[in-house]
Amino acid sequence: MTFCLKNSRNIISKLKPKVGLLSLMKQSSDCCYSSCLNHSNHCNFLPVTATSPFVKQLKNPDSNSHKKGRFFVFERFESTTAEKQIASVPNGEDNQVLNFPGGKVIFSPEMRFLSESPSLHAHCYRVLDDNGQLIRHSNFIQVSEDIAVKMYSNMVTLQTLDTIFYEAQRQGRISFYVTTIGEEAINIASAAALTLDDFVFPQYREPGVLLWRGFTLQEFANQCFGNKADYGKGRQMPIHYGSNKHKYFTVSSTIATQIPHAVGAAYSLKMDKKDACAVTYFGDGGTSEGDFHAALNFAAVTEAPVIFICRNNGWAISTPTSDQFRSDGIAVRGQAYGVRSIRVDGNDVLAIYSAVHAARKMAVNEHRPILIEAVTYRVGHHSTSDDSTKYRPADEIEWWRMARDPVTRFRKWIESNGWWSSEAESQLRSSIRNQLLQAIQLAEKVEKPPVKDLFTDVYDDLPPNLREQEKLLRETINRHPKDYPADVPL
Amino acid sequence: MQLQPKLIALQLLHLRNPALGEGLEEEMERDPRVCVMGEDVGHYGGSYKVTKGLATKFGDLRVLDTPIAENSFTGMGIGAAMTGLRPVVEGMNMGFLLLAFNQISNNCGMLHYTSGGQFTIPIVIRGPGGVGRQLGAEHSQRLESYFQSIPGIQMVACSTPYNAKGLMKAAIRSENPVILFEHVLLYNLKERIPDEDYICNLEEAELVRPGEDITILTYSRMRYHVMQAAKTLVNKGYDPEVIDIRSLKPFDLYTIGNSVKKTHRVLIVEECMRTGGIGASLTAAITENFHDYLDAPVMCLSSQDVPTPYAGTLEEWTVVQPAQIVTAVEQLCQ
Repeated sequence: MTFCLKNSRNIISKLKPKVGLLSLMKQSSDCCYSSCLNHSNHCNFLPVTATSPFVKQLKNPDSNSHKKGRFFVFERFESTTAEKQIASVPNGEDNQVLNFPGGKVIFSPEMRFLSESPSLHAHCYRVLDDNGQLIRHSNFIQVSEDIAVKMYSNMVTLQTLDTIFYEAQRQGRISFYVTTIGEEAINIASAAALTLDDFVFPQYREPGVLLWRGFTLQEFANQCFGNKADYGKGRQMPIHYGSNKHKYFTVSSTIATQIPHAVGAAYSLKMDKKDACAVTYFGDGGTSEGDFHAALNFAAVTEAPVIFICRNNGWAISTPTSDQFRSDGIAVRGQAYGVRSIRVDGNDVLAIYSAVHAARKMAVNEHRPILIEAVTYRVGHHSTSDDSTKYRPADEIEWWRMARDPVTRFRKWIESNGWWSSEAESQLRSSIRNQLLQAIQLAEKVEKPPVKDLFTDVYDDLPPNLREQEKLLRETINRHPKDYPADVPL
Repeated sequence: MQLQPKLIALQLLHLRNPALGEGLEEEMERDPRVCVMGEDVGHYGGSYKVTKGLATKFGDLRVLDTPIAENSFTGMGIGAAMTGLRPVVEGMNMGFLLLAFNQISNNCGMLHYTSGGQFTIPIVIRGPGGVGRQLGAEHSQRLESYFQSIPGIQMVACSTPYNAKGLMKAAIRSENPVILFEHVLLYNLKERIPDEDYICNLEEAELVRPGEDITILTYSRMRYHVMQAAKTLVNKGYDPEVIDIRSLKPFDLYTIGNSVKKTHRVLIVEECMRTGGIGASLTAAITENFHDYLDAPVMCLSSQDVPTPYAGTLEEWTVVQPAQIVTAVEQLCQ
């Protein structure tokens, strides 16, 4: 209390020419009592380390809500004569609080820049420690044995899928592949926390979400081999999965273009008043694209039920995050756009599950966007066209692969609960491996899509120019049948 | 039933329901999934007042005011279209949609194809474009030339209140992404249009004036320059056939072809730049398909290959003027 009074006299003397302040305090004269006693001096506009004697949080003095806010703590104890003198001067342009169209501002004679980095980095939410044991006092959403085992099995399946398909590419059986090694927890746990009604807009490192939703190993293989059974009719590169029945929107190679799509989808869900949200995934590199910023802004303004999940895996091909941005990661950007955010340990299944679960509830019930930054590490290369040992040390990669593997970490937890055993482990792994090898062999043998699928789906019907082009193509094929590949039907 | 055609302006500033706005309103009433998004389209009614009154009638959610990020709100429209809505995205000026090129080319035109037909994008992208009156180079873009190669999209250009309303409605009902090009200087036209529901075919050209001597192909504002030149030509004894091609992608080669077979001479009058414009593609298409029917090479009058200057007289001479059209016809018909 003494503190308040002493400072208040200093302030008042500085304030003499600035009259509006005291007249505002007059408005809030009923309620400062408790705040004064609490020394709760929080400054809305300056960093916590500020030494300014000003207490600046003044919420809407001209509305009833000011009775709940915090105030200039000293005004009740000031001399009333001084107050009367100053109150007689009319509110003019010297008002300490001014309403600009962009927002209410509180003036300050001190020139203080907002720091470019906070003194404390945003905290990272984590439930399991590195050894898969629950951290004391962690709060998380309980997971049943069924869900836990299902999540674990899916993670193992994803890991095996990646290993085998990567090898298939190296053997020349498929042309391209992108692995998700190291990010299995983000893929599976986030998918498990969503419902099947939610729309998913992936970047390209989230096949686990599709796997969780029921895409079969054969369907994955078909897309990678681009055969007749591929839902995309062989038109896209491998790993560009898409399935409307699983509400998983076809992967587009362009970075971050799916983020505004998700906002549009969320907007449509909101218009239709559905109990569902849109979810979109992207990497740390994707957050540099303009689409990311505008989409977050839009989502906040339109109050769209969308969850933005950033897989901050440290690398955008060869660009480390220190060359990608200088902000404290991605989570802090949410606040800049008015979006609630959280940073989560991306290799912790339970933390991801809880965070996405909570985010979904908020998104759907409160119609708001949520930003989740899942910190992790990209253990694999960017793709089969990349050799990451060229730009990062091999022992760093190995360390993350072995010591920080999310799959092993979760296994330790389910084993400690008695829900898993090493027999179950070896059984699962060999079974998945066999299924995958079979799927690949089958997919290789299936015919490729026919030539007519080259021209369909550009529009809803074939327009005359495409019909003509198809006709010309078929004529050329007829004239040179030996030059036409044998495994492509006409 | 008595037909009560009403006098309606293509667009009249500060008045409700011009032809475009009426088309949009009728479609929004007919189908609750139709929605509008763009800058200042809500209570402000749009920069050319096409969407005036819609926000009051249909609410803020169906007429969405977006922040300034063309690539992203076009992306948002694409996402909404893939999940069942039928958005109409407005570019405040077509030139601003250059910022949306990535979404239009890589996603709008492409996702139906790359998803194997699983996801459709029934979006309409529209806005005022073309050379206006001293709007400066950045506000005088002709985007039809840049967008014409994108596979998967359709492009139409309206030129009268009648076809504006008809094309707007047809575009909204189409399952394909359609880009509707309006012209800044044509918003003040007045014409009587029918009361009853009608749509114009998106792929059809419009015969404006039948004739025997020469086929003049044009679209959007140049139609009016051509018609003005036609009056002079008729006085000089020529009989030009004027066709407003309307459908810029794909070309209505059926109507065009029939006309070429009749007159054997073609003049294309367009507002695009000389290089790589609609006229360039149309010349190639006609020469390829109707070479045998031509008595003279196809002639194409286009705007100069310069950024549109601000000065009024200079601006006038970057676009094709009726006098040039008359000279060209006389040359071709020798």
